[in-house]
Amino acid sequence: MYRYDQYDQAMVDARVEEFRDQTRRRIAGDINDDQFKPLRLKNGLYLQLHAYMLRVAIPYGTLNSVQMRKLAHIARTYDRGYGHFTTRQNLQYHWIKLEQAPDILAELATVEMHAIQTSGESIRNISADQYAGAAADEICDPRPWAELLRQATTFHPEFSYLPRKFKIAVISSKEDRAALRWHDCALRIVRNEAGEEGFEVYAGGGMGRTPFIAFPIRDFCPANQIFSYLQAILRVWNLHARRDNIHKQRMKILVHELGEEEFRRQVEEEFQTFLALGTDFPQAEYDRIAAYFTPPPFETGLSEEIDRSDPEFALWVDRQTVRHKAPGYAIANISLKPVGGIGGDVTAEQMEVVADLAERYSFDDVRVTHAQNLVLPHVRKQDLYAVWGALAAAGLADANLDLVTDVIACPGLDYCTLANARSIPVAQKIQQRFADMDRQLDIGELKVKISGCINACGHHHAGQIGILGVDRKGTENYQLLLGGSGAEDTSQAKITGPGFDEDGVVDAVERTVERYRELREPGERFLDTYRRVGLDPFKEAIYG
Amino acid sequence: MRILTGNDLKTGAVIWWTGRDWSLHVEDAADVGEHGEAVLAAEDGARRVNGGYIVDAEATPDGPRPAHIKDRIRALGPTVRPDLTLKPADPTAGDWVI
Repeated sequence: MYRYDQYDQAMVDARVEEFRDQTRRRIAGDINDDQFKPLRLKNGLYLQLHAYMLRVAIPYGTLNSVQMRKLAHIARTYDRGYGHFTTRQNLQYHWIKLEQAPDILAELATVEMHAIQTSGESIRNISADQYAGAAADEICDPRPWAELLRQATTFHPEFSYLPRKFKIAVISSKEDRAALRWHDCALRIVRNEAGEEGFEVYAGGGMGRTPFIAFPIRDFCPANQIFSYLQAILRVWNLHARRDNIHKQRMKILVHELGEEEFRRQVEEEFQTFLALGTDFPQAEYDRIAAYFTPPPFETGLSEEIDRSDPEFALWVDRQTVRHKAPGYAIANISLKPVGGIGGDVTAEQMEVVADLAERYSFDDVRVTHAQNLVLPHVRKQDLYAVWGALAAAGLADANLDLVTDVIACPGLDYCTLANARSIPVAQKIQQRFADMDRQLDIGELKVKISGCINACGHHHAGQIGILGVDRKGTENYQLLLGGSGAEDTSQAKITGPGFDEDGVVDAVERTVERYRELREPGERFLDTYRRVGLDPFKEAIYG
Repeated sequence: MRILTGNDLKTGAVIWWTGRDWSLHVEDAADVGEHGEAVLAAEDGARRVNGGYIVDAEATPDGPRPAHIKDRIRALGPTVRPDLTLKPADPTAGDWVI
């Protein structure tokens, strides 16, 4: 993985001391909250319902064991013993004291981490395929590009005061595990007919109040021109965005209002300007960064055999492991979705278990997924049983990847000041309703995603079953949506009809699932059946 | 009744105006009537509260009960982590929120 050089470290250390001074001045009364708020947000520090919340950046969702142990230490020392992995592959602490925040940032800096650009009107943490460098279906590891773009856009003066936040994702496989087209700018590494590497570029996606799926703005951008193209997109948006209306500031709105063709025309024009400036990455710089992502020294001649005599282990292998590019290895997913638990929450002790396993069995590599789970990307198949045993002892061995209990849920009204309704209790009740493993397996892939407000941090627009919590005359109400996808078959979920109370929406989910089981044809996932038969049969089941 | 709440500047903890000071417990909150804005301005200036605002509440025998569920959750703590609320030993505390 990438390691800081002296300049990276100096910048992050300086930023910590700058924030320490800003915090001191706020507490001393030298600056008021209106002055301090944008400063703390630039360092990922929010004020939430019960305390300050710190969002720590995990670039492209990659961690090593030292970093994971530091996150555990911070959880134990400065928070209440746990952290929450988010849908942007980051980690949030929900019980932070302002007076300790500079110390936490200083601790993070010692392990090459920070909270810069995890909030505010900036280019946010660049996300990537959690299986990068391990996936059997990838063209190349997308993380060197994510890292290059991270470095080039961090503190970039033209993009420090954007109209609104801007989210980028990078993948290099046909299968989309990063909700690519739900981003402002989505990059998929491809090869053209000549075998040259480049990017398929999508623009103008995003969830929130007004969801849009990113449109294909360019079929192929040569790899050595991608920074020019990204800058061109950002400049067009920066110049023409509706800064006068908070609900119309995101780039997706500009794309919608200008139209795809006109937006593309303006981007291509700016692209030529940037190409002439020569700001793209020289090959030597790409090579320097790519060297940090050299594949680990995989052993050869390993056995492909897995002893499946323990049925619980065999189930875990079937659900949680994915084919690795290296023979004898597997990608092991760690579920953070125990039935009745809080999705994405991990205790300090569990973080340390994962850190130990990564160090011992996965070339010191851990990944965070946008579905709020973790991954050990490089595990020898012969070590899977030991890994599973250690995970089970730590309460981390659920075998529900992409099943109905693998629910994405934002923190909701239990923690978030923006929320209108609680998300987590709904997720827990759905998990409890479908807890029976045989039933889950019979249902098959079913991605349920819950947001506690229209900001859609729980990705309800992309849920095969989505749930949106709203405030209805002071009480929590839940709208049900069907048919969304964050995968390569991206689609936006549709609202079924009138909303429900908390128990009512769980009942409605169950009626939806049962109708699917009645209607499905062999081999069909829920989403396949929905797309074949449409919304009406489900509405009939839900509303009678 | 109308009561005042905000977050402690240094710790971020949820606090409620008692009439003279700030308390962690909503039961201690005082009815500020029409004086809420003036109190908040003074307390913000004194840097004792961050993000203060006025809350409509119902007077009950057990003390003020905020009208909106968001403020009731703020008053108690996350409903999904009773161990982290102000009343971890009371299994029925969550009923007050809902």
